[in-house]
Amino acid sequence: MSNLLIPNPKEAESIHILREVAAQFERPVLLFSGGKDSITLVRLAQKAFYPARIPFPLLHIDTGHNFPETIEFRDQLVEELGLELIVRNVQDSIDQGKVTEERGRYASRNTLQTTTLLDAIEEFKFDACIGGARRDEEKARAKERVFSVRDDFGQWDEKNQRPELFNMLNGKIEQGQNVRVFPISNWTELDVWEYIKTENIEIPSIYFAHKREVFFRDGMIWTANEHVFREEHEQVEEKMVRFRTVGDMTCTAAVLSEARTLDAVVDEIRASTISERGARIDDKRSEAAMEKRKKVGYF
Amino acid sequence: MENRKLIKIATAGSVDDGKSTLIGRLLYDTKSLTTDKLEAIEKTSKQRGFDYLDFSLATDGLVAEREQGITIDVAHIYFNTDKTNFIVADTPGHVEYTRNMVTGASTSQVAIILIDARKGVIEQTYRHFFISNLLRMGHVVVAINKMDLVDYDEDVFLKIKEDFEALAEKSNFKPEQITFIPISALKGENIAKKSDLMSWYLGNTLLDHLEVLEPADLEENGPARFPVQYVIRPKTEAFHDFRGFSGTLYGGNLKVGDEVTILPSFTTSKIKSIQFFDKEYTEATPGAAITITLEDEVNISRGDMMVKSAEVPNSEKSITATICQVNNKPLRPGQKYTLQHGVNRVLAKVESIKTRIYADFSGEEPTEQLKLNDIGKVNLRLSKAIHFDPYEINKSNGSFILIDEGSFDTVSVGFIE
Repeated sequence: MSNLLIPNPKEAESIHILREVAAQFERPVLLFSGGKDSITLVRLAQKAFYPARIPFPLLHIDTGHNFPETIEFRDQLVEELGLELIVRNVQDSIDQGKVTEERGRYASRNTLQTTTLLDAIEEFKFDACIGGARRDEEKARAKERVFSVRDDFGQWDEKNQRPELFNMLNGKIEQGQNVRVFPISNWTELDVWEYIKTENIEIPSIYFAHKREVFFRDGMIWTANEHVFREEHEQVEEKMVRFRTVGDMTCTAAVLSEARTLDAVVDEIRASTISERGARIDDKRSEAAMEKRKKVGYF
Repeated sequence: MENRKLIKIATAGSVDDGKSTLIGRLLYDTKSLTTDKLEAIEKTSKQRGFDYLDFSLATDGLVAEREQGITIDVAHIYFNTDKTNFIVADTPGHVEYTRNMVTGASTSQVAIILIDARKGVIEQTYRHFFISNLLRMGHVVVAINKMDLVDYDEDVFLKIKEDFEALAEKSNFKPEQITFIPISALKGENIAKKSDLMSWYLGNTLLDHLEVLEPADLEENGPARFPVQYVIRPKTEAFHDFRGFSGTLYGGNLKVGDEVTILPSFTTSKIKSIQFFDKEYTEATPGAAITITLEDEVNISRGDMMVKSAEVPNSEKSITATICQVNNKPLRPGQKYTLQHGVNRVLAKVESIKTRIYADFSGEEPTEQLKLNDIGKVNLRLSKAIHFDPYEINKSNGSFILIDEGSFDTVSVGFIE
């Protein structure tokens, strides 16, 4: 019986990129947030190296303000696939006096992650950090390379990027430099969701509609929780919500939703008229918020 | 992911031609602009005192670009219709940005060249078309924009078409590879909606035209090329003796049972299995990122190439190529570089620079060096033979990049003759 393999071009491109990482770098690592994009990366890495194991560890920068469902999911995935997981905590960077906890209404540890990440890169001498960022997420990311070279300080020099021609990836770097690699650069949010559905990939429960204690601020739905600053007058209500992106609690807003199944979620994304980063509180700080954070080494 | 076809487009044109407006319009008309993005565009357009929506705001990503109102790097934009996924590499069309268009075009199948109906075919059009031809794009759409400013006049369209066709005679394109569409990106005429104001135009709208293109027709078909990217040896109990060669397949199909030759050793074997993840296939088509096992134990490492024994490519230590310089550092005779050909790397020395080619079909001149954005013909001597096809026959096996030994920057892209 003959069967013909006709590739899904975006999936094949991502697998090609992951194999280039394994071949060109000595100490690659996959930055794992527990979100759908990094979960998709793990599936792609499984496919790229099958029947061998994924030849690099996962690194999770834990802000301490993650949704418990995400952490649970992370540990289960690592166990099932026999992966190596490294966790570094933002709390440690705070305790070491390297960063100062933000105060007030919009306090978040999202920006603080950068320091913890850069320290981990130095500690383990990682030369390639694989991330699940996509160009369609945000306009500064639309200019990002697949292999994006960072200097000793983790900085991104957007005006001096290596051109990427055809699918030839140049991962040659100097001592101290590292490369951020984005294998799903060319995927859209809908591509990721449709892939999760076709491949039947498990994702944390917070992506599906559930009842949650929330409060409303600036037209967004915030999680009511000890980690999230809340004014007294901001009333807590129970709502049926789900999350569209999963960062930590202080920077991820929920959306009202009844979508309890993958099919319902995909339908909702297809019909949605609001971009996914529209629910990211960290991007609302200014029009160039993402570009500024990227320049100093943000993921 | 649902199996939509994927069409990759590079756009060429300057700010003045309304390129960003066109892309913004495509996003708007395919409902790819989300409410929050649209609101941001409305707000900024109003602040700037425009009485229309400035769609260019949707694509100009970097702060410097927003400040200066120009596009300074390749940006990637995504949209889809029910049947097709599109990726647009938005490349700046200004004179000094040849590098960016070459980069954007290298990952695309279709070029959209924008022409301002009021200006017609200008020097810049020559350059954009030259690069489309150099990179052997699968298809070129000549979008004659701002028809609203010339009263949607058919004669204007016909004159520009005629001028462009004269230019096209100097290229390698067949007439059916070039399509002319009169549009107004600002007003949305002939983008997604057929224009009532140009009833004289009987062809498809831009979006309809892009949708009927077939990826298979836009890529080359020829001999199968399988550069080995990574050797998979699980060393687990279940797969104790497994030795798989993974890579991306180009050019043509490979089948289980095919007699293959491995380069550079010229050893031969037969394909035992073709795998993708945990499934086996009897045959794979170009673009597939597969793992192949062979009947015999053959010593193969990264950078080697597997081909059908009846279709062995050229093996040379000395090559002639057209180079586009994509870095500030000029290319000069005597210089040494790392040459990356697909996933294989060898050392290369520039033996001589034959000519600098004018990027507008007007000829060539002798030169001592190739500067940023220059295109020229060079001879290279390599430390080891590479196994290539002429770029015309197989793009992935006919192109390479040069990497500077000091900075490790990608300094040139080459197309082998």
